[in-house]
Amino acid sequence: MSLIEIAGLNHRYGERAILENINLSVDRGEVFALIGPTGAGKTTLLRIIDLLEVPGSGEIYFDGKCIPRSGKQRLEIRRRMSFIHQKPQVFNLSVYDNVACGLIWRGEEKNKIAGKVEHILEMVGLKGYKNRNARTLSGGEAQRVALARSFVLEPEVLLLDEPTANLDPVSTAKIEQLISYVARQHNTTMIIATHDMSQGQQLADRIGVLLDGRLVQTGNATDIFRSPQNEEVAHFVGMENIIEGVIIANNEGIATVNIGSNAIQVVSNYPAGKEVYACIRPEDITLALSSIQSSARNSFHAKVTQVTFLGPLSRVEINCGFRLVALVTKISAEELNLQVGREVYAIFKATGVHIMEREISQ
Amino acid sequence: MTEIWDGLTKAIELIISLDPEVMEIAGRSLSISGTSCLLASLICLPLGSLIHFHNFRGKRALINIIQTLFSVPTVVVGLFVLVLFSRAGPLGELGILFKPPAMVVGQMILITPLLLGLTISALSGVSKEIVDTATSLGASGFQTVLLVLREARYAVLAAVIMGFGRAISEVGCALMVGGNIKGATRVITTAISLEASKGELALAIALGIILLLLALIINIVLNRLQQR
Repeated sequence: MSLIEIAGLNHRYGERAILENINLSVDRGEVFALIGPTGAGKTTLLRIIDLLEVPGSGEIYFDGKCIPRSGKQRLEIRRRMSFIHQKPQVFNLSVYDNVACGLIWRGEEKNKIAGKVEHILEMVGLKGYKNRNARTLSGGEAQRVALARSFVLEPEVLLLDEPTANLDPVSTAKIEQLISYVARQHNTTMIIATHDMSQGQQLADRIGVLLDGRLVQTGNATDIFRSPQNEEVAHFVGMENIIEGVIIANNEGIATVNIGSNAIQVVSNYPAGKEVYACIRPEDITLALSSIQSSARNSFHAKVTQVTFLGPLSRVEINCGFRLVALVTKISAEELNLQVGREVYAIFKATGVHIMEREISQ
Repeated sequence: MTEIWDGLTKAIELIISLDPEVMEIAGRSLSISGTSCLLASLICLPLGSLIHFHNFRGKRALINIIQTLFSVPTVVVGLFVLVLFSRAGPLGELGILFKPPAMVVGQMILITPLLLGLTISALSGVSKEIVDTATSLGASGFQTVLLVLREARYAVLAAVIMGFGRAISEVGCALMVGGNIKGATRVITTAISLEASKGELALAIALGIILLLLALIINIVLNRLQQR
């Protein structure tokens, strides 16, 4: 039995539907990432799970029991969880009092509280900050107070809403480390909402994609990133190359897709005549100066139309009769002397192409 | 101008010599206004929280009324209390008119709207996110209220200081329900009014200065308390 189970949940603010028919179950000890763009309804879903809001319709089961829509039982269940909100809200009290308050509210013994708080403060690296007013801390430090305040409760479920939004890379790394440490050490069930796909990939056992209030796809990272279910998910997970086409032949699982000016070879079981999208992740495209011999079935002569530097990577837009985006390391971009107008070959494998059924709009 | 100068020297003289009559009047002012402020706070902090944390029909209108009553004239409150406690009045049997308890009641009524309104606005200054965070961390409804009051402690304390300030500085109500009886209900403000009408301007000014000094001391003490 899952620890948290959500069945047929709908929620609206006034006329606007925020969440539509959400069905989700999260097992004990599982780390589940909820990814989706801003405004998709991630926060609202977490608030409903934390029992801060009552859903319009649908049921939530916690540890097998259906949660009532009102009453004292909600507080009892809420005390088995902890929710770290997106903007860390520290109380205008000392760091110690901030971290201790959850334990005090649960009626924990005073001498036990001190030990626990000291331990957690050391764990999050705020040992010397005990007597500081929490309002005087930096954003990263405040977020660590917020984490400590939740960790100290040793909750069965930890809900995290964009835990690293607005933090610098160093603070982000620290916080991600802490989260995965706690997940491993205490076998805490976690639901993490994030718009950062790599964070979801890195921290979670399973990912759910929330788009416009609908849970469009759930699965492990490979499923989501390699095989998105539809165009929306593909766009969101960074499939920059989504090409419309029609399968014209299928020879024992190797299909040929006509994409207008060209044809590409893909691995697919769809029969000839099927209208599809061919999706290629930009990092799966290799650029070379000659049409080198390789096992890759697709090789196209192309012209570079744009080069953008993204830190250690370069994003290269090319035109090979159709538009493609490739990601190459900065070093190989320099070796190939990639610049606008340069002629190259774009090479990718038949297995590197994900085929999605195209829904014909009526 | 000489009156002001005389008043200053007189004030210093009265303070240094610990003039028994002045000390008695000042002590009475402090205890009457302190009591009324304390009692009003004990009523208004919980009541203000109750109003703030509950949504009901007419809440906005109620807050408007409370805010309007900030400017209720002290003599109107005095008149009301006079009628209330006069021998033929509804609470006449208590026999507290022209005695300090009636003055306490009058000042409580006077500053209740102020304390209530300022408490509500102090609590409104605490963001919804703080309330949600407390709830998420497992605070019960009552624990949340206590936390929010604590978060708003500076603004709540400011409300209490305002209430005390209004109580100790009013003259209309103290005069009407106290009667400015020497040795019984004479407070600093009523004494100032009397001395001024007698032409004892220096003494009146000296008493005014003492009143302000008292307010200063109270402020310092309360601010020290809140910083702990």
